[in-house]
Amino acid sequence: MALEQAGIPAVAVHTNVFARLAQSTARAAGMPRTRQSFVPQPVVDVSPEHLRGYIEGIDPVSKKPFMQGVIEGLTGPLNDEDLKGMSFERSTPRLLAPATEDDLQQLFMDNYWTDFMPVILPTEERVAAMLKGTSHPPGKVVGRMRPTNFREAWELTVEKVAVNAVMAGCKPEYLPVVLAHAASGISARSSSTTSLAMTTVVNGPIRDEIGMSSGIGAMGPYNHANVTIGRAYNLLSVNGQGGSVPGDTYMGTLGNAYNYSATFAEAEDRSPWQPFHVQQGFKPTDSTVSIFFGGRYTTSGFGPRDTWKEKFVRCITAGDHNQPPLIVMDPLVARLFVEMGFDTKEKLAQWCSENAVMPARDYWDDQWVQTLTLPLAVAGVEPHAAKLKAPPDQLVRMYEPEEIKIVVVGGETQGAFRMIGGRYTKAATISVDAWR
Amino acid sequence: MSQLITVHDPRGYPPKVAGKRLAARPETLNGKTLYLVDCLFDNSEVFMDQLKDWFAKNLPAVNTKIIKPRESWVDDADMRAKIEADGSAAILGVGL
Repeated sequence: MALEQAGIPAVAVHTNVFARLAQSTARAAGMPRTRQSFVPQPVVDVSPEHLRGYIEGIDPVSKKPFMQGVIEGLTGPLNDEDLKGMSFERSTPRLLAPATEDDLQQLFMDNYWTDFMPVILPTEERVAAMLKGTSHPPGKVVGRMRPTNFREAWELTVEKVAVNAVMAGCKPEYLPVVLAHAASGISARSSSTTSLAMTTVVNGPIRDEIGMSSGIGAMGPYNHANVTIGRAYNLLSVNGQGGSVPGDTYMGTLGNAYNYSATFAEAEDRSPWQPFHVQQGFKPTDSTVSIFFGGRYTTSGFGPRDTWKEKFVRCITAGDHNQPPLIVMDPLVARLFVEMGFDTKEKLAQWCSENAVMPARDYWDDQWVQTLTLPLAVAGVEPHAAKLKAPPDQLVRMYEPEEIKIVVVGGETQGAFRMIGGRYTKAATISVDAWR
Repeated sequence: MSQLITVHDPRGYPPKVAGKRLAARPETLNGKTLYLVDCLFDNSEVFMDQLKDWFAKNLPAVNTKIIKPRESWVDDADMRAKIEADGSAAILGVGL
């Protein structure tokens, strides 16, 4: 669209399953008549001859020869509608029309405003009670969210966050934690085809103040605060960004169970290591939420047993090549690692980085490494460029030490650990105290 | 259960949308430079190679050039400037 604005006629080619998404994105950008052509899905993992067949074949959306549509899109005369674009203002009402409880539950489901489990309907009384959980005014803008970076960002106010917190079943005292999630600007409901989900970790005094669990069953579903805060983050993402509707604003081919709720507290008091938020520069007395982006894979194990090194390498290398692990481990496991000399999380992350290696050939043969990392490597950005220069059989690291994060959680009934796809960025630890 | 109740709309607030016009179209691409923008998705490079070959065989008077942004999903202003400097049209793909 930027090219069109600069005077360059353009046609965007998409696969047909993205037709609705591509068209709604163009409309929301004010250019609903953007020229688009479509080829069948898939483009990935098919031969050059197969792709040539798409080019010489029929556009599955327009039903015209694909290249006819492309040429017409670049040279066909424009009409008045093409030239003026489409400006419009939308808004959402503060309140919905009165209806029965059953009808409202159905309305929320019909509009994809829920996770398809019953919600607490956000009456004026309930929302007003929820708003008592923060000192911030209802109209204050908390943040903006969008399902992907080429969509328009929608705005979330304190009141809208409170509405979604009510729906999720939160108590008012949880609201600062929910607001911190919203303030991150990181949607828990990306439209990605890869079915992303966010795992979030709460640190600091707020954990005990609101009764969060870092013990038995902390990762769910055995604690009201953990479950409802994680659910609220997902619901406010769905609704705050203007939707997460299959085929339109959600394209995750498999879906992801972490999208119901994946929030827990770190077991700071039983961990032998620094709390996660302190590692990120916060004080122990600060309360924070940290967001880990991914959730596409989970590997697990117990121990550490004599063969823990082999097990860790298998777990890490079994995950996605571009989604570093968030390693969660029971305090029993953490303490044994300390006995083995890993007296900081950083030392264990360093070991993982140095030992979770694979042949360069295998590393690069990954769809998302090809799409996201290869351009950086070609541009000379390290450490990617060095990996690209490596011979096919040379072992290369999957991740740098600082990409691998460790959080201690669990009830000490078992020496269990899990590795969950969870990329962390510095800006993804948000102050809860700022939203009290 | 038949009692009417009033509840909040849970959705956030959308931004105002400003209309954008399409660029004027040339009558023909013959003799002009058409950029084929490889959006860097897996295998889109192969798709663009095939598209370039299709033009060479079917519309040889069109000068096609393949170009890539510096990163996936990032607006590359330098790449756009290059297209604007000597291009007459562009095909972008294969986007999801």
